[in-house]
Amino acid sequence: MNLEAKLGLDVFKIDDQTHIVIDHEVCQSKCRLRPCLVVCPAHLYTLDPEGRIQADFEGCLECGTCLIACQEGGLTWRYPRAGHGVQYRFG
Amino acid sequence: MDKVEVVVVGGGLAGLATALVLAEAGMEVLVVERGDYPGSKNVTGGRLYLEPVKPFLPPDLWDEAPFERQVVRERLTVVAPESSVSVELTGERFRRERYSFTLLRASFDRWLAEQASARGALIVPGYKVDRLLTEGTRVVGVRSGEADVQAEVVVSAEGALGFLAREAGLGARLEPRDYALGLKEIIELPAERIEERFGLEKGQGAAQLFFGSLTEGMMGGGFLYTNKDSLSLGLVVGIRDLMRQADRDNAIEPHDMLEAFKGRAEVRALIQGGRSVEYSAHAIVEGGLRAVGKLHRDGMLVVGDAAGFSQNLGITVRGMDFALASGAMAARTILHARKVGDFSARTLEHYDKTLRESFVFRDLETFKRLPQFLENPRLFGVYPRMATSLLEQVFWIGEHPKERFSRAALRTMRRHLSGKDVVQDLLAALRAL
Repeated sequence: MNLEAKLGLDVFKIDDQTHIVIDHEVCQSKCRLRPCLVVCPAHLYTLDPEGRIQADFEGCLECGTCLIACQEGGLTWRYPRAGHGVQYRFG
Repeated sequence: MDKVEVVVVGGGLAGLATALVLAEAGMEVLVVERGDYPGSKNVTGGRLYLEPVKPFLPPDLWDEAPFERQVVRERLTVVAPESSVSVELTGERFRRERYSFTLLRASFDRWLAEQASARGALIVPGYKVDRLLTEGTRVVGVRSGEADVQAEVVVSAEGALGFLAREAGLGARLEPRDYALGLKEIIELPAERIEERFGLEKGQGAAQLFFGSLTEGMMGGGFLYTNKDSLSLGLVVGIRDLMRQADRDNAIEPHDMLEAFKGRAEVRALIQGGRSVEYSAHAIVEGGLRAVGKLHRDGMLVVGDAAGFSQNLGITVRGMDFALASGAMAARTILHARKVGDFSARTLEHYDKTLRESFVFRDLETFKRLPQFLENPRLFGVYPRMATSLLEQVFWIGEHPKERFSRAALRTMRRHLSGKDVVQDLLAALRAL
C-alpha cells in the first residue's frame, strides 16, 4: 500500500490556512542535514525545483516528529486550529 | 472573563483522570480539548496495564470500560533480515486477573470523558488554547483567541509535544534522542479470524512486540495488538536515528519501513485478508527518567506524556498507565492545595513528592539506564542476526553432517562480533536491567 492510499484512509478536515510555516532563509543558511525530508510519516516535506523546502499541511497526522527533528529553528509548527486537521476514528 | 477553579488542557487519559478525580471530590474543573471529541487526536499502540492504576481511580470505574481485548498471550519476536525467533508467554494468571487490555483511543477517551462528565467535570471539545495567562511568576489561566479563562491551577495534559508546558519552562524538552515516532495501521479482521490466528478464546487478546532488523539498525521495534475486530500494527523508531538517515542516499522513510514490516512472513500471514482502515502517527516520549522535566510552578502542573512519563523496555511499553496515575496524583495535590488555600509552587510540590513515592518514578528510576542502553545499534542488527542464525543451525538438517551446537554457537558469535563488544554489551545490559 503506498503512502497516498494510506493517507486516503484517514479523515481530514482541511483548514484554509496552513499550520506549518517554513523560514526558507534559516533552512538555506543553517540547515545542512534537512531531516524534515526523511522523518515525516506523511512525507509532507519536499524540495521544490529551486531546492527550497516545501511543506504540504493537508495530510498532516499531527505527530510532531518534524518539530522535534528540526534543530535549526526554520520550522514553525503549531497544532491546526480547533475543528481542523486529522480526525482519528480509531486511534 | 470566565473563571473556574481548575483548567485542564487536553482531554487525553492524563487530563481526564485529573478531571475525574477533581470532579468526584466536588471541585469545579474545565477540560478543554482541541479535537472535535476527546480521543480524536490521540493515538496509542496500544494496550493499557490496568493493575498499576487501579489504586488511583474509583474501583468500579473499569467495569464498563470499552476495552478491546484482555491480553492473555505475550509474544516477543527477534527479527533478522530473513528469519526471526519468538518467545511466547501465556498463563492462567493472565486469564484470571484483569491485567492488561488493548484499546483504541477514539472510543476509550470518549468513554473516559463521559465518566468525568458524569461526576461533574465540564468537558469542552473544539477548544484550542493558544497561550498561558500569567501574573508575575504565577500561571493564572489560558487564552484561546480572544477568550480568556482564569483558574487557580492550570494542568497541562497536552500530550507528548507539551507546547504550554514548555512555554512555562515545565515538562519534557523536545530532545530528538528522547523521542520516537510511532506509526500504525488499523487493519480490520473478523473477531473469529483473530481468535483462530492468535490461538485465543472468545474475547481474549494477544500482544506481540518485534525488534531487530525491521528498523534498519535504528532504535525501535514493531508492535501488533489484537482488538475486537481489528489489529493495531505499527512501528516505533527513534527520531534521532531517523534524522541521521538524512545524510544517507538510501534513507528509508517511516511509511516504507511500515510497508516492509507488513510484508514480512511473520506478519503477512497474520494480517492476510484484513483491510486497512486508518493510518496514524504520533511522537512518543522514550527517554525514561532522563526526559522528565520540571513538573510544577506557581499555579501549574504537568501530567502524562507532556511531563515525559513513559517507558519503553523493549518488551513492555508503558505510557497510558503513567498518564492516568499522574493525572490522579495531580488531582489529589490540587485538592490538598484547595484545602490549605494556596496554589503556589510550595504547595504544588506535593505532586512531585507523591509521584516519587509511586510506581511512576520508581519504575522510571529502576530502568533509568535503559534508554541509553537501547541506543546501541548492535541490539537491532548483529544480535538478532546472531540469535536467528544460531537457532537455524540447530534446527536445520541439511546434506552435510551436523556440527556440535557449542561449536556452532562459538563460530556464529565469532563471525558476528568481537569479544570486546560482547563483554561491553553484557556489562551495559547488566547495569541497565
